[in-house]
Amino acid sequence: MIRIEPRNTNSAIFSYGVPILSALVALILASIPLWFAGAPVLVSYVEMAKGVFGSKFAFSEMLTRATPLMFTGLAAALAFRAKLWNIGAEGQLYLGAMAAVAVGTGVLEAPAFILVPIIILFGCAAGSVGMVVPAFLKTRYGADEVVTTLLLNFIILIFLQYMLEGPLKDPMGLGWPQSSPILDQGMLPPLMERMRVHSGLLIAVACALIAQFMLVRSVWGFKLRAVGENVFAARHAGIKVNRTILGAAIASGALAGMAGVSEVAGLKGYLTSDLSPGFGYAGIIVAMLAGLSPIGVVISALFIASVFVGADSMSRAMGVSSYLADLVVSTSLLCVLIGGFFARFKLVKTSVKGQN
Amino acid sequence: MTSPPVLHLNGLTKTFGSVQAAQSISLELFKGEVLALLGENGAGKTTLMNMLFGHYMPDSGTIDIFDTSGTAKPLQLGNPQAAIAAGIGMVHQHFTLAENLDALDNIMLGSERFFDFRRNKTKAMQKVQKIMDDSGLAAPMNIPVGKLTVGERQRVEILKALYQDVKILVLDEPTAVLTPQEADKLFENITTMTKNGLSVIFISHKLREVLAFSNRIAVLRHGRKVGEISSKEANERKIARLMVGEETEISSRKKMKSGEAVLELDNLTISGSSKRESISNVNLIVKKHEILGIAGISGNGQTVLANAISGLLKPSSGKIKLESEILISNDPSNIIQAGVGRIPEDRHKDGIVGQMTVAENMILEDLSNKRIQSRGLLNREAIIQHCEDLSVKYDVRGPGANASARLLSGGNIQKLILARVFEAAPKLILANQPTRGLDMGAAADVANRLLEARQRGSGVILISEDLDEILSLSDRIMVIYDGELKAVETHDRETIGLMMAGEAA
Repeated sequence: MIRIEPRNTNSAIFSYGVPILSALVALILASIPLWFAGAPVLVSYVEMAKGVFGSKFAFSEMLTRATPLMFTGLAAALAFRAKLWNIGAEGQLYLGAMAAVAVGTGVLEAPAFILVPIIILFGCAAGSVGMVVPAFLKTRYGADEVVTTLLLNFIILIFLQYMLEGPLKDPMGLGWPQSSPILDQGMLPPLMERMRVHSGLLIAVACALIAQFMLVRSVWGFKLRAVGENVFAARHAGIKVNRTILGAAIASGALAGMAGVSEVAGLKGYLTSDLSPGFGYAGIIVAMLAGLSPIGVVISALFIASVFVGADSMSRAMGVSSYLADLVVSTSLLCVLIGGFFARFKLVKTSVKGQN
Repeated sequence: MTSPPVLHLNGLTKTFGSVQAAQSISLELFKGEVLALLGENGAGKTTLMNMLFGHYMPDSGTIDIFDTSGTAKPLQLGNPQAAIAAGIGMVHQHFTLAENLDALDNIMLGSERFFDFRRNKTKAMQKVQKIMDDSGLAAPMNIPVGKLTVGERQRVEILKALYQDVKILVLDEPTAVLTPQEADKLFENITTMTKNGLSVIFISHKLREVLAFSNRIAVLRHGRKVGEISSKEANERKIARLMVGEETEISSRKKMKSGEAVLELDNLTISGSSKRESISNVNLIVKKHEILGIAGISGNGQTVLANAISGLLKPSSGKIKLESEILISNDPSNIIQAGVGRIPEDRHKDGIVGQMTVAENMILEDLSNKRIQSRGLLNREAIIQHCEDLSVKYDVRGPGANASARLLSGGNIQKLILARVFEAAPKLILANQPTRGLDMGAAADVANRLLEARQRGSGVILISEDLDEILSLSDRIMVIYDGELKAVETHDRETIGLMMAGEAA
């Protein structure tokens, strides 16, 4: 007989081991369809690695891809820590991007050291608004934020299409639904010459460090964790629960909005309705894989970006579909969820002595 | 003992992980006998009975059942069906009745075949009637169980067991939810039933009733049987010593002159969605150097009253005054600042954040304290130091300041909460069921801390279901019944018991 028993200790081995093991297991499992597709598994994975580490350009592309994932991952991690289920990072990302092009395309003429902070500020504020509304509906009327944030994504996307066909449309854009380009002095400076990786990456890493510090060392973070882990005890102890949830919503929305700013003012330069291939949703996976730890988000964003970028180049070299990337990412999430179970519980083999 | 044995437990052992819940426990039960099983929480009483009833599979040991001719037959272990077939019935502490069905349906439930088109309720009723006549257990059979009183429901549970022709009946803390009068009635019925040949195992930790109603007492401690005495030779002191190993005594309550009023409730009314969640026109005064005991059966408005004083609930009308200042009462932080310390009823849910560390839980109510934080940043060294100091002072034992609070035992969680509350030197302490579920050592510790606080000049409100606790600690006693609070002038158990049952004394 096998029985399930809760573990009495939270060992560090599990909190670090489970995500790493899950990533490895996901890669191993993904080799099955790879094998079915007729591609030699080892060679494919070597191609995949080459696509990430093979050249300076490949590596910089991976970093470029990881940047928005870090922002949306942090957005999810902070909100989830407070048990505020923000599924709306995708929409908040677009709100941030819209605010960035609204102030960054010529309304304001200012030197870079003024314009860039203004763009960032507006982008973050717009993202915050996108999360504060559902959080307010939750704290005031008890509306489930999973539903409201998820549905807001679609509303914002339609609003974006309206804006790109209307007020934000580039008059010089030959009729394409896209915004005017952001002024040169409004762009986040690139990090390497002739590469796409930009200083948004540095901002993302800094945000992760600050978030980690705030969560562990500040009273704000203490309250956020207390509300997330046991809202009844937090309330009983005099912690203002609604205020704490709104605080988490503001931070989470701002980070998601920053993802939009970073994509539009760091990479693309102008806004289209396909700015994000689901970075908002992928951020949830990034956060879960990181065990909701801000520092962990940086690492898991790098991993997931590697899988996506690597799979692209593997697909080119081996002729297998790059959907394999989605498969690896989603299996790794499943593995983390299953691994999380084994981190909390253990299987115990029981003897059946005494049975007549 | 001249009567023949009916049950023999031989060396039952059960371990859960590293915990030895039962270590080679052997017990004998004779026909027509009431055997009391005594022990602190976690002593192994319930584990032992769950093995008897087939819910748990023992690691080793056997159980023998004796038939009428006196021959022993081994019971198939880990199989509740086999236990029922062998005539073992169990009445759990928490009732397992379907509230929307009437008592007769509940009794028949489980002893009928799944597909039976001709349900013979008349015949069943005749059988139940005969059991009721023989045992003296009476309960209305034709109204939904949800409408019955707690005492009646318990009688239905027992009738349900008897209906299945049990020879051995296990009662798990049957009096926990009863008024003293209801409990006395239950024991009368048990006496009648045992005269008719039933054997009863009776789990309890109330020494008084165990002494009065059992024939034999077996005491468990830390999963071992540490003693077995005939009830005639036992006294409270003797048993208590067996249960806890050493004598823990509650320091005696010194006479003390109460001071001016600390807390005043002025016509406090809360209209909740149900009767259980409402109180009406509650008036009370708690003075310095005074413990006010509020007795009552659970579900009569205690929780709402405590929540209002804790700041979790906004009263519909009426005032809460602390030292003559009106408290804004739907804000717990305001209440804490004003000097009210609260020991919550459900310590796991309202008292601690289990996933956070012991040290973090120690400062949960004190986040604005400049000693542990400055400008919004926590001082980790100070927090750990604070936790270590308090752990020594309040004897909180566990895996350390940085371990999750959920890893502490129930008694140590309560000590953590006590440390947090008493360090703030509150003017008023609200202790809601502060010893529920604690072992005797931890319960005595809580009682002593409350007495200490009284000595220092705090006013204390003690809400408890345990009348013995109320009687031994309180300077004044009030009884809550159906949302109404009434003062009692005496410490007389009988009078208070009647008031707890809603009958005017």
